[in-house]
Amino acid sequence: MTAVIGVLALQGDFAEHAAMLRRLGVESREVRVPRDLEGLDGLVIPGGESTTIGKLLETYALLEPVRDLGASGFPIWGTCAGLILLATDVGAPQPLLGLMDMTVERNAFGRQTDSFETDLDIDGLPGGAFHAVFIRAPIVSGVGDDVEVLAKLDDGRIVAVRQGNLLGTAFHPELTTDARLHSLFVEMARAA
Amino acid sequence: MEKNTLTVKRGLAQMLKGGVIMDVVTAEQAKIAEDAGAAAVMALERVPADIRAHGGVARMADPEKIIEIQAAVTIPVMAKCRIGHFVEAELLQALGVDYIDESEVLTPADEAHHVDKHGFDVPFVCGCRNIGEALRRIGEGAAMIRTKGEAGTGDVVEAVRHMRAVMGDLRRLTTMREDEMATFAKDVQAPLDLVASVAREGRLPVVNFAAGGVATPADAALMMRLGADGVFVGSGIFKSSDPAIRAKAVVEATTHYQDASIIASASRGLGEPMTGIARDTLAPEELLATRGW
Repeated sequence: MTAVIGVLALQGDFAEHAAMLRRLGVESREVRVPRDLEGLDGLVIPGGESTTIGKLLETYALLEPVRDLGASGFPIWGTCAGLILLATDVGAPQPLLGLMDMTVERNAFGRQTDSFETDLDIDGLPGGAFHAVFIRAPIVSGVGDDVEVLAKLDDGRIVAVRQGNLLGTAFHPELTTDARLHSLFVEMARAA
Repeated sequence: MEKNTLTVKRGLAQMLKGGVIMDVVTAEQAKIAEDAGAAAVMALERVPADIRAHGGVARMADPEKIIEIQAAVTIPVMAKCRIGHFVEAELLQALGVDYIDESEVLTPADEAHHVDKHGFDVPFVCGCRNIGEALRRIGEGAAMIRTKGEAGTGDVVEAVRHMRAVMGDLRRLTTMREDEMATFAKDVQAPLDLVASVAREGRLPVVNFAAGGVATPADAALMMRLGADGVFVGSGIFKSSDPAIRAKAVVEATTHYQDASIIASASRGLGEPMTGIARDTLAPEELLATRGW
């Protein structure tokens, strides 16, 4: 089955996600207003500034329709800022989708000079370690019972999670040449 | 675990794409910018329009102000240092700023050399007027580029000139024969390996924002339409009559740059834009864009 994956294009590195999907031969569509959501099989929320993206989601009336889709089984994958937007609690008032039962800590590693790259083992992802790029990254500081932890750093901090149709990563697969997580998400979209 | 790699330095600029980076001089302004949806703020001592109006030597911002701005917002905080002033850059790195702008808007500290940016952990953004200048800065380690425009004027003409120059040369390079590239590299005074890699990829290896003279939502959208990855707005916001409303409208126009009806509605009721100075009325010694080598 062919799938069309939306990439939320309000701000951030949406073009990098679209390029990765193109490499996999998957059609993608930039999403900026509610009508762009029609007929999609999944949605990627890219890296960027979560406060900027959240405000634009609110102003252009996307917050509710995306939240409704996510709550009804529609696959959504958030990377970095996207992970923040999927959380129910980030410890500060900002517009959120609040779809995944987890608490996220923003800028958990400090400032830009604390950004880093490292190899991660991701549960259920064949092919060995995944080279992960963390940029002013968040971490998942607490999860509910329905949230499956897919990857942790060596110190035990959670950086990849799944809750049914929802996927969240604190790092940026779209900045690498490794398309395995994009493939995994496309499979989720095809199966949904 | 590896820190401060090119991927990580260039990566933060990729996260800022499609966004607006706003000049701020106080924590209050930084908060207004963040609330309006800015993707980052740029801390400096005076906005370019005030540097023009009041003259004198323009330097990096007071560290105290930078610390206050960092405490006020969660978005990245950038700060400007003078061209070639590697000690100001070291101070900004020690303060933990997320990006340094080695900027022609401040008074240059060195008339021959830019900062060796490879030697720093913190990433740098630099200005350019054409592809040669962009590639020289990238060769020195810049992880992000912005076209210079003419800061503090509110006149977008120079920003347009510089973006068209960069994008036009990019398009030329993609169709250039390989045996013509050495001469092109010599003519634009750029490293040949970077010229060849740009020709192969069809784009710069780093993110390229527009800057210098953006004063309205339509100006921001124009720069996006010409190929900018995002927009810096300096005096255009805090020298207008209602900064909070204008800042939000510029953010919306940058996101929806292809949708004229959204830009039209975002542009309603913004009050007065900054007064501005037509670029062509400036004397050559008043131009900021010609600083940098």
